[in-house]
Amino acid sequence: MAASSTARSFLQVAATEEVISPLRVVQIEGLVILKIIKHCKEFSPALVTGQLLGLDVGSVLEVTNCFPFPIREEDEEIEADGANYQLEMMRCLREVNVDNNTVGWYQSTILGSYQTVELIETFMNYQENIRRCVCIIYDPSRSNQGVLALKALKLSDSFMELYRANSFTGEKLREKNLSWVDIFEEIPIKVSNSALISAFMTELESDTPVTQCDYDRLQLSSNPYMERNMEFLIECMDDLSMEQQKFQFHYRSLSRQQAQQQTWLQKRRAENMARKAAGEDPLPEEDPTNPIFKPIPEPSRVESFLITNQIANYCNQINGVAGQSFNRLYLMKSLHDN
Amino acid sequence: MEAGDRTVLQFSTQSTANLSAKVHPLVVFNICDCYVRRPDQAERVIGTLLGSVLSDGTVDIRNSYAVPHTESAEQVALDIEYHHNMLVSHQKVNPKEVIVGWYSTGLGVTGGSALIHDFYSREVPNPVHLTVDTGFRNGEGTIKAYVSVNLALGDRQLAAQFQEIPLDLRMVEAERVGFDILKTTSVDKMPTDLEGMEVTMQRLLALIDDIYKYVDDVVEGRVAADNSIGRFISDTVAALPKLSPPAFDKLVNDSLQDQLLLLYLSSITRTQLGLAEKLNTAAQIL
Repeated sequence: MAASSTARSFLQVAATEEVISPLRVVQIEGLVILKIIKHCKEFSPALVTGQLLGLDVGSVLEVTNCFPFPIREEDEEIEADGANYQLEMMRCLREVNVDNNTVGWYQSTILGSYQTVELIETFMNYQENIRRCVCIIYDPSRSNQGVLALKALKLSDSFMELYRANSFTGEKLREKNLSWVDIFEEIPIKVSNSALISAFMTELESDTPVTQCDYDRLQLSSNPYMERNMEFLIECMDDLSMEQQKFQFHYRSLSRQQAQQQTWLQKRRAENMARKAAGEDPLPEEDPTNPIFKPIPEPSRVESFLITNQIANYCNQINGVAGQSFNRLYLMKSLHDN
Repeated sequence: MEAGDRTVLQFSTQSTANLSAKVHPLVVFNICDCYVRRPDQAERVIGTLLGSVLSDGTVDIRNSYAVPHTESAEQVALDIEYHHNMLVSHQKVNPKEVIVGWYSTGLGVTGGSALIHDFYSREVPNPVHLTVDTGFRNGEGTIKAYVSVNLALGDRQLAAQFQEIPLDLRMVEAERVGFDILKTTSVDKMPTDLEGMEVTMQRLLALIDDIYKYVDDVVEGRVAADNSIGRFISDTVAALPKLSPPAFDKLVNDSLQDQLLLLYLSSITRTQLGLAEKLNTAAQIL
């Protein structure tokens, strides 16, 4: 940037906005992954959060370190304590040359039920201060099934604009062509390790496949997991139907209001005709003080979008686990046949 | 030691006889990361080990953090306040993790280490000293753990000796799943669950192949038969449940049908979501 702008004055450069290259990949260090896994697993099933530190380089967001947050009570003085803890940790880590730059936060989740309004709020808060931040979601219950359930999320820009304007009406959404898949953007994760660490790991890993067993993945019983998934799914469907009822109610009251407006208008017109016949001034055809003209606020669609997202997530998970179970069942079958 | 002399050099080995340490790979990662990030003039990195002592006496090392220090030929200075601050911060998150020892990079134990070990033994009764050889001096990265043992001549304390204790590297299931990712210097994308299944099944297949080969070798007389291995193999084969083929088939088919049902349900749900979405936003208000 600096090389090409030598011809322009400083003011010009300062005035032009930087083109932010879109975030394409999140590069995480193995250390961070292990720390996240350890923290989430220790406190499972409670939900925990932590801060991510790293560097923002071009279209890659590097995450080089992280630290966990203590479980927060809902108390005033402990709020200040939490801020102190954060400052203290950042200061200490800076002394050992760790990147001191916050690039986001991570949180654990149960069975993928992380789409809440709080998540969006936190995103907006972070976005005020940091240009690019991600949220990493880790699911310890799913990792017990044998998948490294790590996801990097970011709010899509169009959604953020709408949210800031706080307008979620149907027209706006249709304008922007925004559907429920567009709220969160999932960014691919790349894992990197320093050469020293990979040397150690190759060293420490035993060569024989025997001790490398991760046969928990081959366990046949996925029933409890599926059952919980289905329970969550059913609850979400209930929530979704409640939201839809709210919409229906809104539509009905809106159409009722419009009918009322029409009748009122007719009455006015009739009055005006009568007045014209009597030679008086006609009354205005609109009356903003009449309560039937008050616009009824449309319920925000954020909730229903979030719920829809969640349901889609559950469905995906069920699909994944079902696929795995198929594999296992066929394996058993062939073993038995032999 | 003269044979006639009554006083003998005593090694108090009772406490360390069954002491061993278990290290989580996170600690190794942490140490390597701190080593890579050390300030230029420092040759090695020193830090604190956190963890817990299990009921059978083994020390479980779960976490660690680096402590800035300055070292010269004669003396070593450790930033004690930093050490305490980090400890307090870490304990806010996990109050169960306490100091169990300290680590340093570089092979072997130096004179300065004894002083630092002294400092740590004031905090914890029997600290464990971990050395991680990042210089790969022996051609491999060795990780050793030591405990300090007092050498006494009769009643007089002579010196403290660093005695090595067995070390064990554990990995939790979830970490093992991601282990392949952690091994290389960079991975371009995270493996999906189906790919993971594939890898596991391939490993299982490799194991079975090995066993086949071994049995063949024994039968043909190429390898001496080992009875215990033979017993293991027969136990394993006998572990397959003895069900009649129709019963087994029925079991498998039932599970298959359950899974298919769930798949169908989830597909229906998604279709429903798509429909609801269209209806909600497409409805025009007059």
